[in-house]
Amino acid sequence: MKYLDEFRDPEAARRYATAIARHATRPWTIMEVCGGQTHSIVRHGIDTLLPETIELVHGPGCPVCVTPLEQLDKALAIAARPEVTFCSFGDMLRVPGSRGDLFSVKAGGGDVRVVYSPLDAVTLARANPRRQVVFFAVGFETTAPANALAVRQAHALGLRNFSVLISQVLVPPAMEAILASPRNRVQAFLAPGHVCTVMGWEEYAPLAARYRAPIVVTGFEPLDILQGVLMAVRQLEEGRCEVENQYSRSVTQAGNAEAQRLLREVFQVVPRAWRGIGTLPRSGLGLRPPFDAYDAEARFEVAALRTEESTECISGQILQGLRKPADCPAFGTRCTPERPFGATMVSAEGACAAYYRYRRA
Amino acid sequence: MSEHEPEFSLQCPLPIREYPNVTLAHGGGGRLTRDLIGKVFHAAFGNEFLAEGHDGARVPGAGPLALTTDAFVVRPLEFPGGDIGRLAVYGTANDLAMCAAEPAWLSAAFILEEGLPMATLWRIACGMREAAKLAGVQIVAGDTKVVDRGKGDGIYIATSGAGIPRQDPGPSPRRARPGDAILLSGDLGRHAIAVMAVREGLAFETALESDCAPLWPAVRRLIEAGVELHVLRDLTRGGLTAGLNEIAETAGLRLEVDESAIPVRDEVRGACELLGLDPNYAANEGRFIACVPEAQAERALEALRAEPVSAGALRIGRVAGTGRGRVDLLTRLGARRVLDLPNGEQLPRIC
Repeated sequence: MKYLDEFRDPEAARRYATAIARHATRPWTIMEVCGGQTHSIVRHGIDTLLPETIELVHGPGCPVCVTPLEQLDKALAIAARPEVTFCSFGDMLRVPGSRGDLFSVKAGGGDVRVVYSPLDAVTLARANPRRQVVFFAVGFETTAPANALAVRQAHALGLRNFSVLISQVLVPPAMEAILASPRNRVQAFLAPGHVCTVMGWEEYAPLAARYRAPIVVTGFEPLDILQGVLMAVRQLEEGRCEVENQYSRSVTQAGNAEAQRLLREVFQVVPRAWRGIGTLPRSGLGLRPPFDAYDAEARFEVAALRTEESTECISGQILQGLRKPADCPAFGTRCTPERPFGATMVSAEGACAAYYRYRRA
Repeated sequence: MSEHEPEFSLQCPLPIREYPNVTLAHGGGGRLTRDLIGKVFHAAFGNEFLAEGHDGARVPGAGPLALTTDAFVVRPLEFPGGDIGRLAVYGTANDLAMCAAEPAWLSAAFILEEGLPMATLWRIACGMREAAKLAGVQIVAGDTKVVDRGKGDGIYIATSGAGIPRQDPGPSPRRARPGDAILLSGDLGRHAIAVMAVREGLAFETALESDCAPLWPAVRRLIEAGVELHVLRDLTRGGLTAGLNEIAETAGLRLEVDESAIPVRDEVRGACELLGLDPNYAANEGRFIACVPEAQAERALEALRAEPVSAGALRIGRVAGTGRGRVDLLTRLGARRVLDLPNGEQLPRIC
């Protein structure tokens, strides 16, 4: 299949693996930031092709994983209301809140629907003026433009029965939190290719310079990831710390100007809570006036809802690259994708779920 | 068509003006129920057993029988390449074929939702008639109930089937043996993606059709070629992954499959990549795997390829050895990983 098979060619993969082994003279720890990359690595077995000196650790770039329990509980509370049609991308439906998940709200009579685009939710709101249609706007810079577009469209149409529950986060502040931690072990990053398609790679340059960490903007296919690792290893071995762009077929320095303009129009940068990491300043997006009228938290008065995390789950440390799934005593026994303790086990892109699915001996 | 066979057309024989939709009265057991059964089901499936108008069918036969049952719930009722009626016939007939039994008789129970357009019901009955003909089965008994509007998705169908075993001992997951070759009858995922595309209003450039089809002709070829069928398994819900894992678990054996040998059409791969789905987990309605002795694998493939429904048959792996039941996948890159059971339905990912 065009544009796919070229990037999964086994021969080329072996050549890259050999080149990486040749360049790596000592152990290096590299974090792939995006959950899509984690999924691809484990699904194709890319890490098993690498020399033992190269350790890949899995980053916080899984939107389902980092959505705070609090937002999930708010989603459950809103979705259970009789007047609400709650729309979400599919993989949020199975994520457990403090009490149950969106699937159980649906089973209990709630109107919960899977949509493929936030604009589908706007269409639903237009077609059902008596229902309050709420979209669960979750994700990084990748999902933000479409969510902004939905809000702007609802505003233009004067829809009073549409709103969004937002858990919209930004990648650079999370990378900075990892680099700034005294326990940090990440020496280089594979930055998320799709996020950078929207935002460009310029905003990563200060991070690379300040923390002396090579950052390689990387795609998602096996050869993308192997090439990204090779570029990172070369930088590490040569003592460079630059932003390099492996995913040049999609990413430019400045990114998608129109998408960024839309983000600035609808959103403003706000502090956001990250599951497992905590609240980070200037790490997420919130609606700016006049679009804040579409904020579901205010409309349904759930803003004050607070919840406690399970103390046993180590997903927070996994998201920061401090520990691996197998380090958790509950992994694969008491905590499984059917009964997940924490978010890294829920999403297919979560490190625990990926290990459970592909690595269980 | 012989002159004794009733005239058959796509035009619904019930007077549409009187009954454009199914009403609760059609399930009341009175004249309307008889009308519905006579003018739709008997008209579509007509055979000597149904013509008896009795509570059940007495069918001829001696010796062992294979029995199975299945219920069908699908939205939308009609989709590219099939409909719920065809699925209900093929699904049950194919389960019999997986027992190496020649499908012979089917019963069908219909749960209709009040308001279902009579024309839709007629088209579905026509689909069943055509499917039964292709699958070589007769629908000899049935039942109809009507539920209130809003209490069903238009129509649910449950079918039971009986077939005549044609190989002894019959195939069973317990009969998988280390060294067996694992054969796959064709490309994966077309049914799941075709249905999903219609259900979710996803438009793709190419028209993808469900693979729903009867499997007995392919199994008959294997039996005629003298292939010892250790295991047969059709790849419906949960797809290839569920099928392989069930065999591995039941037999307590390790199965090994080669990802690069698994055929998936470009349209299906493209849709799966877009939606974040895995074709190895996607449902099929006309695909199966066979575990056969390695020495007979080539002969089996030749036999399968002679039948249109399994023309794309390939060897995808082998039964590797004893130990804990599990399935290993050799990835395209040459790495080895577990091919695990799906958990629940596949959900499209955020990004």
